[in-house]
Amino acid sequence: MNAIPQSVPRQSDETRTQNAVTVQGLTRRFNGGPAVLDRLDLTIAPGEFVALLGRSGSGKSTLLRTLSGLDPVSEGHVSRPQDVAVVFQESRLLPWKRVWQNIILGQTGGNDGRARASAVLEEVGLGHRADAWPLTLSGGEAQRAALARALVREPAFLMLDEPFAALDALTRLKMQHLVAGLWTRHRCAVLLVTHDVDEALLLADRAVVLDSGRIRTDLPIPLDRPRRHADPRFEHLRSVLLESLGVHDD
Amino acid sequence: MSETILRTAIRTVRPAPLSRPRLTPLLSGWRGLSRYLSPLLLVVLWQAACSAGLLSTRLVASPAQIIVTAWSLTRDGTLPVNLGVSLLRAASGLAIALTAGISLALISGLSRIGEDIVDAPLQIMRTLPVLALVPLFILWFGIGETPKILLVALGSTFPIYLNLHKGIRSIDPKLLEMARTLGLSHRQTIRDVILPGALPDLLTGVRFAVGISWLMLVVAEQVNADSGIGHMMMDAEDFLRTDIILVGLFVYGLLGLTSDQLVRTLEHVFLAWRPARREKGQPT
Repeated sequence: MNAIPQSVPRQSDETRTQNAVTVQGLTRRFNGGPAVLDRLDLTIAPGEFVALLGRSGSGKSTLLRTLSGLDPVSEGHVSRPQDVAVVFQESRLLPWKRVWQNIILGQTGGNDGRARASAVLEEVGLGHRADAWPLTLSGGEAQRAALARALVREPAFLMLDEPFAALDALTRLKMQHLVAGLWTRHRCAVLLVTHDVDEALLLADRAVVLDSGRIRTDLPIPLDRPRRHADPRFEHLRSVLLESLGVHDD
Repeated sequence: MSETILRTAIRTVRPAPLSRPRLTPLLSGWRGLSRYLSPLLLVVLWQAACSAGLLSTRLVASPAQIIVTAWSLTRDGTLPVNLGVSLLRAASGLAIALTAGISLALISGLSRIGEDIVDAPLQIMRTLPVLALVPLFILWFGIGETPKILLVALGSTFPIYLNLHKGIRSIDPKLLEMARTLGLSHRQTIRDVILPGALPDLLTGVRFAVGISWLMLVVAEQVNADSGIGHMMMDAEDFLRTDIILVGLFVYGLLGLTSDQLVRTLEHVFLAWRPARREKGQPT
């Protein structure tokens, strides 16, 4: 078994006393098979935007499922805030509840549920579809609704599991801008699982590349926002990330 | 030549989406009419054959005779009374079936232990032809209302149970995961995710159940009864009254159609969230 501990570049900022998310020595295997997550360490600071990249089968989804509480922690330690929210690749709205009812699903908000749903739908630009049935929404609209459902919970930690992967390129760009704007306003810790290197570089403070259940690269992205593809530093980071994903640029 | 054809083809194809709202009522109106044209023709032929003496009224009464008989049966109260009795039987049986089917499906759909206890016996029992139980039911419950209502109930419990059970078990696991990440309690998940998600299957089951309940009723009333549409028909057999038998047949047919339409309406009301499907249902 590959047990050589790789020198993982750790987060430089040591002054942070409390992390939003701490993962220590997390190991996960299915039915005694090879480890999908192999003694994984990861920290996310409050308000930090982390992009998680990796090839298919690298353990991205397993990590996210563990962090969201869907999978149990058998080996290792995970601490995360109480208030978390997840946005999946599919909107996962209940088709039999109107959009605004989906937003406040499971919320014990009392009578102002409708008002809160409207406010957050307005924020993601979907105020006009509050009364629609989810199956009548377009892909982009449904993902906006899913974002609104996550935001209405005011999470300290937001997980995005390839939320734009199923959208067309133009809609995806709009959604990336929307997420960037929402994050600057809400300042929650974010973990974005993505296949898209450009998406990671546009949005995240840090890009983490997962490979065979371990963190292979932990790359800070010290670029000013808003970010531009044309920036030479952007280009450089892009090739570094692609390299660590096993894609050679030239 | 081919160019003209092509052009006209384009011309007729292109504006189709625009002109559709205007075109459809006209088309469907004609189609609706044309659908009834051939049955109507058959009735006319039937009447003609009877009037000309080609068909003996001992075998088949003429349409006109059936209408007259239906009217007189309604006037003297025979038809309304028997219809009431039959309706009551079907409704009671269906009510029992709904209660039993839904309860059993909830037990076996929502818990593993419940499934182990409930599902296996029901899956075995559903393979039995319920109608074969008629002699046993008469031995057990005599010839009163009980065996008839129970026969209807037993027959229509299975489609309700099977469909609702399937509906509960086939809820999209992604939605259940979502409910967990949103922190929904077990009770909330059942109320907001599982039950509404299984409703389409339940209504399908109810439609089957309604159809089966009429079938059960026909047999129950013809084997051993002193009232009901089936009894009225069996009585008529003794007097070679094919007209009364045919009236009973039409009443059964109408009952089936009406109850099916009722369930369709329920589907329309409760499943409004589904994207518009075949809005114009076939008239069946």
